Amino acid sequence: MNNENSIAIQNEHVVHRDDVGARLGMWLFLFTELLLFGGLFLVYAVYRHLYYEDFKIAALSLNTTIGTLNTIILLTSSLTVALSIAVLQKGKRQLSIILLMLTDVLAIIFMINKYFEWSAKIHHGIFPGSEHLLGLPEGQILFYGLYYIMTGLHALHIIIGIVFISIVLVFVSRGSVNENNYVKLENAGLYWHLVDLIWIFLFPFFYLIQ
Amino acid sequence: MIDNAQSIKENSFYEESTTKKSHGIASWLFSTDHKRIGIMYLIALSTFFFCALIIGLFMRFETIAPGETIMKAQTYNTLFTLHGVTMVFLFIVPGIPVVFGNFFLPILLGAQDVSFPRLNLLSFWIYILGGIIILVSLFLPGGPIDTGWTFYIPYSIRTGTNVSLPLFGAFILGFSSILTGINFVTTVHRLRAPGMSYFKMPLFVWSVYATGWIQILATPVVGITILLVLLERYFGIGIFDPTLGGDPILFQHMFWIYSHPAVYIMVLPAMGVVSEIIPTFTRRTIFGYKAIAISSLAIAFVGYLVWAHHMFTSGLSETAALVFSFLTFIVALPSAIKVFNWLASMYKGSIDLKPPFLWVLNFILLFTIGGLTGLVLGALTTDIHLHDTYFVVAHFHYVMFGGTGTIFIASLFYWFPKMFGRMYNIKWASRSAVLFFIAFNTLYFPMFILGYQGMPRRYYDYLPQFTTLQVISTVGSWLMFIAIVSIIINLVGSLRKGKVASANPWGGVTLEWHIPSPPPLLNFKEIPKVSHEPYDFSQLKTMKYVPIGEVYE
Repeated sequence: MNNENSIAIQNEHVVHRDDVGARLGMWLFLFTELLLFGGLFLVYAVYRHLYYEDFKIAALSLNTTIGTLNTIILLTSSLTVALSIAVLQKGKRQLSIILLMLTDVLAIIFMINKYFEWSAKIHHGIFPGSEHLLGLPEGQILFYGLYYIMTGLHALHIIIGIVFISIVLVFVSRGSVNENNYVKLENAGLYWHLVDLIWIFLFPFFYLIQ
Repeated sequence: MIDNAQSIKENSFYEESTTKKSHGIASWLFSTDHKRIGIMYLIALSTFFFCALIIGLFMRFETIAPGETIMKAQTYNTLFTLHGVTMVFLFIVPGIPVVFGNFFLPILLGAQDVSFPRLNLLSFWIYILGGIIILVSLFLPGGPIDTGWTFYIPYSIRTGTNVSLPLFGAFILGFSSILTGINFVTTVHRLRAPGMSYFKMPLFVWSVYATGWIQILATPVVGITILLVLLERYFGIGIFDPTLGGDPILFQHMFWIYSHPAVYIMVLPAMGVVSEIIPTFTRRTIFGYKAIAISSLAIAFVGYLVWAHHMFTSGLSETAALVFSFLTFIVALPSAIKVFNWLASMYKGSIDLKPPFLWVLNFILLFTIGGLTGLVLGALTTDIHLHDTYFVVAHFHYVMFGGTGTIFIASLFYWFPKMFGRMYNIKWASRSAVLFFIAFNTLYFPMFILGYQGMPRRYYDYLPQFTTLQVISTVGSWLMFIAIVSIIINLVGSLRKGKVASANPWGGVTLEWHIPSPPPLLNFKEIPKVSHEPYDFSQLKTMKYVPIGEVYE
């Protein structure tokens, strides 16, 4: 709190609130996230090129239904977060809070689906280093390796996103994020759209190449 | 605190802080003031630099004679790894931007702070955390890391030493680097003072801006690569493991996709500082301002596309090798543009051989040698002969230490009076510069010859015919140590005993010389309106602060 105060003092000479700057910073951060996944997409591209058939066969074991369901869930959550910004701008705080909660709930449902998906795989003995997996052709080992890394890293981003949105949710309910000052909510939304966008690529890469 | 509008006029940022208390360690550790953060970085970086320097000294002492001299091979492997990891990740990559960028970027732009002051403090904490993690790993069972700073696979997933923790430390340091980059790029876009168009920004700002972009766009790639190595070590995923179908060469590609641009993270800010110092000590505007500014961006861009020149002996296809070799030659052009512009700026200037300028001369000579030998390595045929020899070691020390390291010291000598309000002993600073130049060439030049004769890098032992040159090099390392210590004694001693410096001892005209030394907490009483070109020395007639006892036209 002391820190907050002194920043206020420091900034009384200059209006330091800079929404454009905050958004710019967020966009730059999103670039770094894209490149983080970009490295993995690069690895994916190399190995899919090398082991085209194996990737196809391994992908058959993934459950397209759950994948599609999760895609729909995530897209809907992107819609709810976008709507929460739109309604907050119109001053409808309650509705905005409900929409943000809905976003969190959808994200959690996504994670639950993911949990069942992963545990089924692990139950079948498909996980890095398992005897069953090491008995499979090389391309399939790499496919599952990448599957776990990429969807795992994405799931980690979902969790960060849930935390991010929840924090902003508190701000909205306290009123510090409101119709005049909503850049934090916008940034949370931007982050969430990125998480969504990455899934849009992961989904076909793993589920739809059968 | 509220009624300090009065006291702002006299107090510097040392007397005031953004925290509640303005003194004591907490007022530093929790301060979001870019100047305090810059100074904290300076202390941390100097400490790490000195540690790595001592390690280097021991390595040189081991190689004073063939065979085992003072340490076993494994110890030597550990030491060159630690030397590399510390120098690269803890000193040179953060280097000039976090110290002098933090301190001077907002001032040079006419701003009161960076765009995200709290994020800035967070980057500092993350940096310290990363440093601590790397340090802790040294003392854990298993022993310190021995892979070399490049962490090449497959050794880095097979060795029993503590690889994971330092790797994780490097991953964390990446975050710090990214956040700093985001902060600086946003600051340049948003906080330029009224009237400061992009082409009125000082060139140091341009170079830090270009650096920020590289930090943003390259660092995540090494982040994910490190993560993959960690996963490989713990879970055996197989991405880089040939027994599971993976490809170790892919690691090299991904590593250098970051680490080559990182070379420009290291050197671009140094070039920016050179472009600041030369106008001040030649009393004339920089030659080819736009060419220098744009060449920074060009280096940042082309620097992305040359990574595989580290891998010419890894079985790259001939076409790929040709393309990468060609691009390597291309990236030398913007660097050469800068060097020629600097030389042209000196022509018919009124040169004042003060220490910062002497260090810049050191830089130009050493960096040119480093750059040109880089072309020898970038050429396909010669690289096959010189790959992984002392030639490479000499080359990148000339570029990194002779380039960036020299300018880190030059920046200190240039901005020391502004940062601390004291002047150091100018005579000793000049002597150190000369000693440094002699020491540097004694230390590293023999390595070019040794490498050409076939002495491989990273060996603690060697054939007897290399002895003479190795001894010369080791003597050079002692001279280097003396040079560095003389600098430290001079600067640290001047902190208390130095003469009180005037606000503008060199007669510079960029915005930092328009404010008192050391600067007040808010930098400027009111945000300046910029109407001059950055290096327009006619401003000296109307400036509030001019060098005391010197007359200007």
